[in-house]
Amino acid sequence: MNDWIPVTKLEEIPRLGARKLQAGELDIALFRTGSDEVFALRDRCPHRGGPLSQGIVHGEAVTCPLHNWKIDLQSGEVQGPDQGCVHSFAVRIEEGVVYLDIASLESAA
Amino acid sequence: MKKQKLILIGNGMAGVRTLEELLKLEADLYDISVFGAEPHPNYNRIMLSPVLAGEKQVEEIVLNSREWYAENHITLHTGDPVTAIDRKARQITTASGMSASYDRLLLATGSNPFIIPVPGHDLPGVVGFRDIQDVETMLASARQYKKAVVIGGGLLGLEAANGLKKNGMDVTVVHLMDMLMERQLDKPAATLLKASLEEGGLKFLMEAQTEAILGDQRVTGVRFKDGTEIDTDLVVMAVGIRPNMALADAAGLHCERGIVVNDTLQTFDPRIYAVGECVQHRNNTYGLVAPLFEQAKVCANHLAQLGYGRYQGSVTSTKLKVTGIDLFSAGEFNEAEGDETLVLQDPAQGVYKKLVIRDNRIKGAVMYGDTMDGSWYFQLLREATDISSFRNTILFGQHDLGDAGHGEETRVGMLSDEAEICGCNGVCKGEIVNAITSQGLFTLDEVRAHTKASASCGSCTGMVEALLASTVGEGYAATPSKKAVCGCTSYSHDEVRKAISELGLKSMPELFDKLDWGTPDGCPSCRPALNYYLLAAWPAEYRDDAQSRFINERAHGNIQKDGSYSVVPRMFGGLCSADDLRAIADVADKFEVPEIKVTGGQRIDLFGVKKEQLPAVWKDLSEAGFVSGHAYGKALRTVKTCVGKNWCRFGTQDSTGLGVKLEELTWGSWMPHKFKLAVSGCPRNCAEATIKDLGVVCVDSGYELHIGGNGGIKVRVTDLLCKVESEQEVLEYTGAFIQCYREEARYLERTAPWVERVSLNYVKQRVVEDKVGRKALYERFKLSQQYAQVDPWKARAEGAETHEFTPLSIDRMRAAS
Ligand SMILES: Cc1cc2nc3c(=O)[nH]c(=O)nc-3n(C[C@H](O)[C@H](O)[C@H](O)COP(=O)(O)OP(=O)(O)OC[C@H]3O[C@@H](n4cnc5c(N)ncnc54)[C@H](O)[C@@H]3O)c2cc1C
Ligand code: SF4
Ligand code: SF4
Ligand code: FES
Repeated sequence: MNDWIPVTKLEEIPRLGARKLQAGELDIALFRTGSDEVFALRDRCPHRGGPLSQGIVHGEAVTCPLHNWKIDLQSGEVQGPDQGCVHSFAVRIEEGVVYLDIASLESAA
Repeated sequence: MKKQKLILIGNGMAGVRTLEELLKLEADLYDISVFGAEPHPNYNRIMLSPVLAGEKQVEEIVLNSREWYAENHITLHTGDPVTAIDRKARQITTASGMSASYDRLLLATGSNPFIIPVPGHDLPGVVGFRDIQDVETMLASARQYKKAVVIGGGLLGLEAANGLKKNGMDVTVVHLMDMLMERQLDKPAATLLKASLEEGGLKFLMEAQTEAILGDQRVTGVRFKDGTEIDTDLVVMAVGIRPNMALADAAGLHCERGIVVNDTLQTFDPRIYAVGECVQHRNNTYGLVAPLFEQAKVCANHLAQLGYGRYQGSVTSTKLKVTGIDLFSAGEFNEAEGDETLVLQDPAQGVYKKLVIRDNRIKGAVMYGDTMDGSWYFQLLREATDISSFRNTILFGQHDLGDAGHGEETRVGMLSDEAEICGCNGVCKGEIVNAITSQGLFTLDEVRAHTKASASCGSCTGMVEALLASTVGEGYAATPSKKAVCGCTSYSHDEVRKAISELGLKSMPELFDKLDWGTPDGCPSCRPALNYYLLAAWPAEYRDDAQSRFINERAHGNIQKDGSYSVVPRMFGGLCSADDLRAIADVADKFEVPEIKVTGGQRIDLFGVKKEQLPAVWKDLSEAGFVSGHAYGKALRTVKTCVGKNWCRFGTQDSTGLGVKLEELTWGSWMPHKFKLAVSGCPRNCAEATIKDLGVVCVDSGYELHIGGNGGIKVRVTDLLCKVESEQEVLEYTGAFIQCYREEARYLERTAPWVERVSLNYVKQRVVEDKVGRKALYERFKLSQQYAQVDPWKARAEGAETHEFTPLSIDRMRAAS
């Protein structure tokens, strides 16, 4: 079951940028790509916990600000031979409003 | 619109490379047809040596298959040489009688082996070494006959001899001079080479001049000027090549030793371009692929009607592709009068290295036995780097150096096979070399695809290129004298900057579009660089792109390892009042700042501030009169001062007051990298001015200006730029120096390597000697400062970019809904 709740407006996230979203104890990074797609990942780099929301967004990836690991926004998989994966959450945009599936949050917590 | 017609004559390495570069830029501009004399699609001519030696098959060396031509809608005619060009009618005719018309024509006819016109030179069994057919002839002879003579002891001759030997023939190399490869080697290296080839079973006849080739039906021998004769079944002529310009000459195009072209590779008929070995450019002809590939790139740029590329000639280096022999040479390796030489000789190990030095710059290099550092020396040579600071260890290779002053690419040196080259992907040197040799990799992209080395952050690209160069030889597909900004493009930093100003590019999307960026929105390597270049070029018009800045510059604080930030308020010249200190203390109390420290640059650092707190912290500081210290940016950092003559008994000038003025002039300026200043009140130099990017040392009679220092991993002491008499001049020279650095250095290049790269003399010329130029630089600096000196903290405390600092919250959302 999905449980969509609105979290912000699309325009509140800078294009090719990110916003940090606090969901209780959990920090989530919301990314907006150059083509206005939005993705949500846990805001913790699988390497040493760097805040992914502070990285540079390019294509459908973000590069961690601490040691430059590159992470796929769609899957949360680390790209290249580095191993690792960060939890990703389902996102939907409707009429300029960004919705997050909080059912998927429970599984991450 | 009807497409223009482009015809390429010569289906070889330079011509087809030009088409590839053109298709990358403009795939649809032309209807392209190719005419080639050989019956094959384009292949890697360099690899004919390994094919002859049996180390490779002909199929393996094809570079562009027939499918490639079809996929790119290129009409290919093979085995049909062009016999005439009619420039009036803009038409060509071929041997088979076909004709075709063109709007633009590209000549890439390569060169012909020079056949010495002695009697018997046209007998069966006499061949050159140029194409697949020659190799097939040689291989057939090797199966049938026993003895071979190779005339010419140069690069090509020795590779031919080695190949024939590998095929079981009894090979004698005949050479006119008393040493081998005299155009690439000096005497000691040539002696070592000859000895090791003899050990491998080759025979040599030195100082022998061929008089006639003997035989009726087929060669049977060779006779020399001194009357001696030698029996043979095969003669390979490898005494040199001649640019193939007959066709161009007959069409009335200006030719000398080759087809004469200008810096955009156009012949005297501007519709007709020429690239490759058939070309003469600025009085030079080339016989190696690296310079031809550079020509190809520029020519394609011009064919695509972009027109900001210029070919300015190349310096080349040579490697011999004979397995088991390591040999490298580049530049002017025979010293002229007044040159110095550095030599390392270890006969027991079979190692010889020589560098020719003029004015502390490498002019040439010869290496035998150990060539690991060849590409490093070659780079120093091409970039005319001043080597005085490391010349006493230079022969031991670059592993003897740290990297701070020189950039990552100078580290490859004599690393062991286990040494890690690519930190991102954990690839070590052995793996890369192995992949290159076992899979026959040829380009940087191939190495990236196979090993992932340099595929991520790209900071080790220079080292991977160096490995590629030392493993494959000069055939590897990189242009030698420049390095691309990142994997998204093939343009260098300098070319991008030039395009920004010449094409008037004022935004990133426009730049990506015009320069055909390979990615839709760049990558973390190029975006910050481009953002800086645009900002530096158009200070008034360009709107800074926050998303292209590293987090430190976006959040205006230094991100620490726990994700918190540090805050450094600016204190001009290091001066402060009791009120200032109280205000900082109040902020520290109010926000429970965990740690306070005085920095190396004489400022106060508040550690452990959370991102969300930053705007409030800044607000309080800003109300107390502070602006950002930019301690986080590629920007003007601090001006460090000593107490100077107000208090110190040695002081000669008011160093603190001057420091304040300098910081007021320069704060807020964005730079290619961080930039530090200092002012010392006398030569005792308490402010450590001689390890700063720009240091002022006061003396009785005025002020010494020192530049290009660095106190990082590798300490570099400044060079003295000049001495001036007044504070006003200090400000003007400083502004001009900074602006010159801002406009010309590459992003992330500190002043230390920049000054080394462009030379102290160049900077002196720009900032000291050229008075008008200096004033103009200073004016441009002040203009850009009008836009740069906006306190980012105040702006953000007042609400700018709030989204950067305010997290969203689900709980808040829920409460609202
Ligand atoms: C054995 C060997 C080893 C080499 N090793 C190295 C090395 O290690 N490193 C290095 O950098 N370089 C090396 N080279 C040199 C390198 O191969 C050449 O510099 C390069 O191939 C030149 O490119 P090009 O396009 O100018 O000429 P080519 O590649 O020769 O292409 C010219 C083509 O034009 C065709 N042509 C000529 N006239 C006509 C006409 N009228 N109509 C139609 N077609 C025509 C020719 O048949 C030929 O196919 C080597 C060369 C050889 C032969
Ligand atoms: S540098 Fe000279 S003037 Fe400045 S504090 Fe030191 S001794 Fe005094
Ligand atoms: S010296 Fe090293 S540890 Fe200390 S602040 Fe600089 S980078 Fe960090
Ligand atoms: S914490 Fe993200 S790359 Fe190291």
